[in-house]
Formats: sequence, C-alpha cells, structure tokens
Amino acid sequence: MTELATIPAFLDRNAAEFGASAAYREKEFGIWQQWTWAEAKAEIEEMARGLILLGLEIGEHVAIIGRNRPQLYMSMVAVQCAGGIPVPLYQDAVGEEIAYVLGNCAAKFVIAGDQEQVDKVIEVRDRIEGLRHVVYLDGRGLRKYDHSEMSSMADLRTTEAESDRAEMDRRRAQQTGATTCVMLYTSGTTGKPKGVVLSHDNIVATSIASSNFDGLRQTDEVLAYLPMAWVGDFIFSIGQAMVTGFTVNCPESADTIMHDLREIGPTYYFAPPRVFEGQLTNVMIRMEDASRLKKRMFDHFMAHAKTIGPKLLDGEPVGAMDRLKYRLGELLVFGPLKNTLGLSRVRVGYTAGEAIGPELFDFYRSIGINLKQLYGQTEASVFITQQKDNEVRSDTVGTPTPGVELRIDESGEVFYRSPGTFVEYYNNPESTASTKDPEGWVATGDAGFIEDATGHLRIIDRAKDVGKMASGALFAPKFVENKLKFFPDIYEAVVFGNTRDRCVAFVNIDLTAVGNWAERNNIAYASYQELAQHPRVIETITDHVNTVNRSVAEDEMLSGCQIHRFLVLHKQLDADDDEMTRTQKVRRRIIEEKYADLIDGLYGDAEEVYTETDVTYEDGRKGKIRATVKMCDAEVVAVETKTLEAAE
Amino acid sequence: MLDTDNFTTPDGRTIGGTVLDLRNITLRFGGVEAIKDISFDIREGEIRAIIGPNGAGKSSMLNVISGFYVPQEGEVWFRGEKRPPMKPYAVAQQGVARTFQNIALFEGMSVLDNVMCGRLGHMKTGLFAQALWWGKAQAEEVENRAAVERIIDFLEIQAIRKTPVGRLPYGLKKRVELARALAAEPSLLLLDEPMAGMNVEEKEDMSRFILDVNDEFGTTIALIEHDMGVVMDLSDRVVVMDYGRKIGDGTPDEVRGNQAVIDAYLGVAHD
Repeated sequence: MTELATIPAFLDRNAAEFGASAAYREKEFGIWQQWTWAEAKAEIEEMARGLILLGLEIGEHVAIIGRNRPQLYMSMVAVQCAGGIPVPLYQDAVGEEIAYVLGNCAAKFVIAGDQEQVDKVIEVRDRIEGLRHVVYLDGRGLRKYDHSEMSSMADLRTTEAESDRAEMDRRRAQQTGATTCVMLYTSGTTGKPKGVVLSHDNIVATSIASSNFDGLRQTDEVLAYLPMAWVGDFIFSIGQAMVTGFTVNCPESADTIMHDLREIGPTYYFAPPRVFEGQLTNVMIRMEDASRLKKRMFDHFMAHAKTIGPKLLDGEPVGAMDRLKYRLGELLVFGPLKNTLGLSRVRVGYTAGEAIGPELFDFYRSIGINLKQLYGQTEASVFITQQKDNEVRSDTVGTPTPGVELRIDESGEVFYRSPGTFVEYYNNPESTASTKDPEGWVATGDAGFIEDATGHLRIIDRAKDVGKMASGALFAPKFVENKLKFFPDIYEAVVFGNTRDRCVAFVNIDLTAVGNWAERNNIAYASYQELAQHPRVIETITDHVNTVNRSVAEDEMLSGCQIHRFLVLHKQLDADDDEMTRTQKVRRRIIEEKYADLIDGLYGDAEEVYTETDVTYEDGRKGKIRATVKMCDAEVVAVETKTLEAAE
Repeated sequence: MLDTDNFTTPDGRTIGGTVLDLRNITLRFGGVEAIKDISFDIREGEIRAIIGPNGAGKSSMLNVISGFYVPQEGEVWFRGEKRPPMKPYAVAQQGVARTFQNIALFEGMSVLDNVMCGRLGHMKTGLFAQALWWGKAQAEEVENRAAVERIIDFLEIQAIRKTPVGRLPYGLKKRVELARALAAEPSLLLLDEPMAGMNVEEKEDMSRFILDVNDEFGTTIALIEHDMGVVMDLSDRVVVMDYGRKIGDGTPDEVRGNQAVIDAYLGVAHD
C-alpha cells in the first residue's frame, strides 16, 4: 500500500481492485445515483484532459466551490491528474472572501457548482488577474450568460483527443509524494485566511495512519456533508476514501441531510459538536411531543443507559441484569432512536473542532454509538490526537495518532510534529516561520496538558483566549461557554472577563428549541429579535446561567469564571457578519469590538441598552438592525477563588 | 394584429410570434363590468405582466384566459385560431397551466402527490390499470415520476417531497403550486400573484424560479403581481389595468413613464 505516493495513484488502484464497487453516490431526482470506482476514474480522466485542453498548466491553482457533490470531489482529483492544485472554497463565502482567496492563490480556473456560485465569481472577476475560465456543474439559469470564458462540466468532458491523454500521463508521471496535493485556506479566528499547502505525502501518510488506527474498511460508508473547503472533509472524503476505497455519499440538498443520513446509515461518521447538539435538541423537542408512555419509557431507559451504555462500549464488566435491561432498552428505545438519527450502523464516530459538552458526549455513547474525539487542525492534515476505542472520555482528546509527536512548552501551548505537517503557508514565509520551526514543530495555538497517568492530551482553550482575571484567577471562556451551550435553548455563548473583575456573557438562543417552546406555551413572536427579548425567554436563560454558575463554582481552578451579568443577543452570530468563522467558531475579538456598547452596558449598571448592529444578508447586501437589549443579573455562588499559581 | 415578427429583448432572448391574442374582451357580472373592451397579446417566450390596483380586473382577465370565465364580448385567439368557449380542463389540455392567488392545493396530500396531479394530462392509462399498477400503467408512472422529480429538483423542494402540504409555510406552498403547474409542461403558464405575502428573500427566490422556468423550458408566462419592483425587473412587457380598462401597455420603461399609470397608482388630486 505504501508504494503509492499520490491520490491519483490510489484512484488507479481502486479502479483496478474494486472497480465495480461504489466510489460515490448522490441522491438526485429522489434516487441514489452511483459511480463505481471504474466509472469515477473514467470521468475524472475526462475532466483532467478537458482542463489540460483549456490550458491548465502544471502547478496552477483551480478553485472549487459548491455543495458536496461527487462531481466536485472528482474534479478535485481531476485537477491533480492534470497537474494543477485544487483549492476548495467555502460555498457560503460571500464575494469579498472569494475575491481574497482567488487573488491570493492566483487561481486560473474556477469549478463552480451552480449559478449562485458562478454569480459570486463573476461579481469579483474583474479584480482577479489571470482568472481564465469558469466551469460549472448545474447549468440552470446560466443559459444567457456570456460563455466566452465559461463552459459546462459536460462540455469540459467531451474531449476525445488521445494527445491529451498522453499529456495527462506525462504530467502524472512527474508527480511524487512531495507534489502539492491540495491547498486549503484556514478559516482564521483572527486575520485573513492563509493558504495551507499540503503535499500528497502529508495527505497519504495521515490518511493511512488514521484509517489503520480505526480499522476503516473498503466497505465503509460516509456521508459527505461538511464544507469541502474544510480539511476534515478533504481527509475523510478524498484522503481516507482514496486510501481505503470506501464509498462517499453526497446528500440531495442541504435541507435533506438528516433524511439522507438515515437512508445511507453511514458506518464511519464525523460531525462537529454543533451537529450532535442539533440532533439531540431535535430528539428532546420531539420527546416533549411524545405520548406519556413513550416519554416515561424514554426517560427510564435513558437513565439506565447513562450508567451502563458507556461501560458496555468500553468493554467493562457489567452485571447480567443490567445487560438484559440495556438490551430491552435497545429494543424499545435506543435502537429506534439511533435509526431515526441515521446512526444505527456507525462503527466509528468522531467529533472535533470544538470541545463537546460531557453530557452531550455521554448521551450518544450511552445509546451505543462509538463516538470518539479527535484533535487536529488544517496544518496537521487533521490528525494530531485520537481516542482509542476503549479509552474514550469527554474531557480529553486522546493520545497522539501514530506518527505524531507531541510537546507542551513552558507557557502551556501544545506543539506537534508529524508526517502530516503542512509544507508551508502559500506565499507567506513569515507566517510559516512563526508557526513551524526549522525542526518541524508546529504551534497549535491551543493551551493544554498531557495527563501523566493516561498520556491523553487535554485542551483547555485557545492559548490566546486563556487569560487572567483582575483577581489573578484563571479565565477560560470556552469552559463556561460549553456548559451554557449544552442547554438546547442556547445556541451560542460568548463569555468576557479577561483582565476584568468579573465575567459577563452574551447568549444566543436556539431558534428551533426556543421557537418550539414558544409555540407550545402560546407565546407569540414576530421575529428572532422579539423572541430573544421576551421576558419569559430571559427568565429561562437566567435559570440556565444560574445552573451553570453553580457548576462552575465547583471547579476550584475556574470558579472565578462565574457569570455575573448577561444578555440575550438580538441577532444570531453569523459568519456572514464576520462574527464567526465559516466553521462556526466565534471570533471573540470581532464580537468584542462590534458589541462594545453592550459589553459596557453589562459592566455598567444599565438596565437595558439601545444598540444598532450592521448585518450582512445572504446575498451580500448590508443592513442595520436596531434593538433595545435587556441586561440581566445572574446569581453567583460565593467561593474563594484560587489564583493562577495554583494552575499548571 | 397577428404580428409574427420575432424580436430580441435587451437581455438577448428571442420573443416569438403571438401565442394568445385577446380582442376587445368585455366581461360582465350582472350589471358590473369587470373588464371593459380590453385587447392585448402574449407572445411566445415572453414574460407578460398584468398589473393594476385592487379590483382592476386582473384576476378576471386571467380567468378569461384560463377559460374559467367566458367573456360576453370579444374573442380569444390561441395559436392563430379563434377559441370557442371551452371548459378550463380543455384549455389546460391545450397547454395552459395556472396557479391561484389563494393557493389551491390538496392540503392532506404530500408535495409529491400534489405535483403528480399536475401530470394528469400526460397519463393515458385507465383508473383500474393505475390502481392495480399493471401493464403500461407502471411504466407510465415511472416516467411521470421522473418528470416530477426533475421539477422537484428544479424548484429545490426535495426536502419536503413527502411532507403533507398542509404542514408547509405559505412561501413553500406557493412554490409547490408552481411545481404542480409546471408538471403539466405548459406552453403558457399563468401565475396569479405568485409573490403575494412573501418576504423579500422569498420574493427573490420566486423571481429567480420564474426567470429560470422561462429560460430553461422556454415557457411563456403571464403573471399578475403587485410588487412593482418585481414586475419591472421580471417582465418583458406589461399591461396596466384600472377599473376594468386597459390604461397602458408596453415595456416596463414605457409603462413607468405613462401618466395614466402613475395616476392610477399614486392617485390624482381631485379639484
């Protein structure tokens, strides 16, 4: 297996060895359409030859933008076959962001999913020097567009000339493990995104190591629904899929993901905590609507599962009666529940990207889903640490993936070195030098420590977010935010308090959960804003904050992070407004600046604050929303705060 | 009057000859004249808007075209032939489909079944063959389902394919109604206030769909709409009605500058 150095080489092997089994599936026109590995190879080569014919030169960048579709995955491999470098972009990125990336990597071609994406490219086209051609998949609405520098994927693939094949083969023969495999832009919680250059060696080595770690098989099924521009999706849907030859399934549309998940029943499943949270919220909402008998049955068996389920998964000894009762629960509750969630067949499930609330994590493990955590980043080709099957815990991210070395420096920041370590930041030697030292150690930017007893890595927070409060107590906002976010009513929370004498928080309500609750309680509301400021919503959120404060008070290191005052935000934090990254992580600095008036209000003694906020609509237009936001007080548990000296 | 010269719109589409020609139509309900001596035509491939204040007779006009009302005076010429008074289903068989101002879907049926209803004109096998899923009926159903799935994909309603229509929000119901009309593969599509009661985003989506339908399938579209911005952006030509009379007819720009239209919409000072 190891002699194959590049993704196209694995494609050849897959077409030869498992030619008749499914490489890609996509639900279209209500039916799952399938590409076998042999068909995928043929189609990829047609695309590659088409790109060469269009004038793609070796080493040129080709941007790919659209929702997860087999043809877009295939086009990434086609770009590689043609000697180019694929650069997947976030499909919900607005014009400016696209312009930045296209300009930064000097993309020569763009492969776009549909009219929406083509429009965004056309909008910024004048500013991108050297952009030569746009290829699109779905031609709907594009008939009238000027096609002098644009063509459909079908047209691209019509090349018959054998000379292109020779040229493609010649280019492929030049490729080695050191050739750039893909360039991915980091979402960047601060500053402009940077292009992370990953070689075939990086991708192939990590894909093989991680696939072996979890015993992934050729017969596994994944659902590709996370942004294609995200390194995780590249590793799962291209890296590991090529290396092990499993099937990548693409949903019908963004709205049908949960339905498609149930139809496919993936065996290997990845989701960020937010998705698991959303699924659990849905379950809980529906249980509220269920009949009394079902609800009691659910509560009863879930309570049993909480104690027994994780032990069973970890292979610990469990009494015969408990086992029997769990099995009954499986029959009556967990089995149907897993089926509804589409997780019945999951053998290996991962979550990462953010810390996951322990209760949330335990919920999935208790119903028998082998959900594990991994820790990684774009610069590492994802994998830094992973949890072994029998060593799964919610508060650690596991032990180093085979081949990865870990080091914690004096300040507590985590460093790693691995075969997956990125080559460089594109055209940015300063950033490369400040992140990766000459020996290949990379700074993660996360503060953490390795547990002596188990060797597991524990991440505390982003290194730059961890601070000290005025009293000297340790300030770790994520710790408190995660506790808040476990409540289905709370979608997002941002805690402030660095260098201050007390902590305050912004809370975003979850429109699904709170909206459902409002409907049930006959509470009328006309907008998100109105619902967020409804006195009864604020009352509920206050209860949640008080509960969290009690729980935070129990942690001796972080008891200073209790929330003294908070507010329920009048708008949802949104990536379109730069308040979050495209991977849905909050950008603290930006939020802090943007809502400075509200933070002042929380630290002052105002009862409510009038504010105007700029918003960006989905189509890129700007607007303003005005609101009077209520400042709320929370109950704080009195504790003696320990200072940072007591921490690591 | 039957002008068959093709012309090209500013955005490069070719508008063909006359599809529907309405000549001196007058429609009365008892003593009320809903439509007074109106003539205009609809050409192949164009988007033709009918606008006017409330009660101007727009919906009545659409009902005349769809055959629901038979005018007391005047002639309807369809594809070069004078149309005798006929039932709406006969008009539908000629390739005219419509949506309604106040949604007329089967609330208890799924989206899929509602859209399938639109295929009725394309099904030839009998009730029993269909009920028994027997012989040609099977192949026919598959064929029609494929056609419906293409429309579901086109209008991006995959996620609600199996949802009962009664459970859908208003904006989506409107889209389902459009889907059902499209399922008939009409050559002339009549839309009665397709964007009434929608928010800006829903209106944008609907506008995009209407343009795409016209563009992809070459469907001729006649629509009634109140939102001036939408009408001016979408349509090739506009008929303006007020109190049952035609007070303007032309391209959006021409209509915009027409004093009678401005008066009808903004009101005139009576002194």
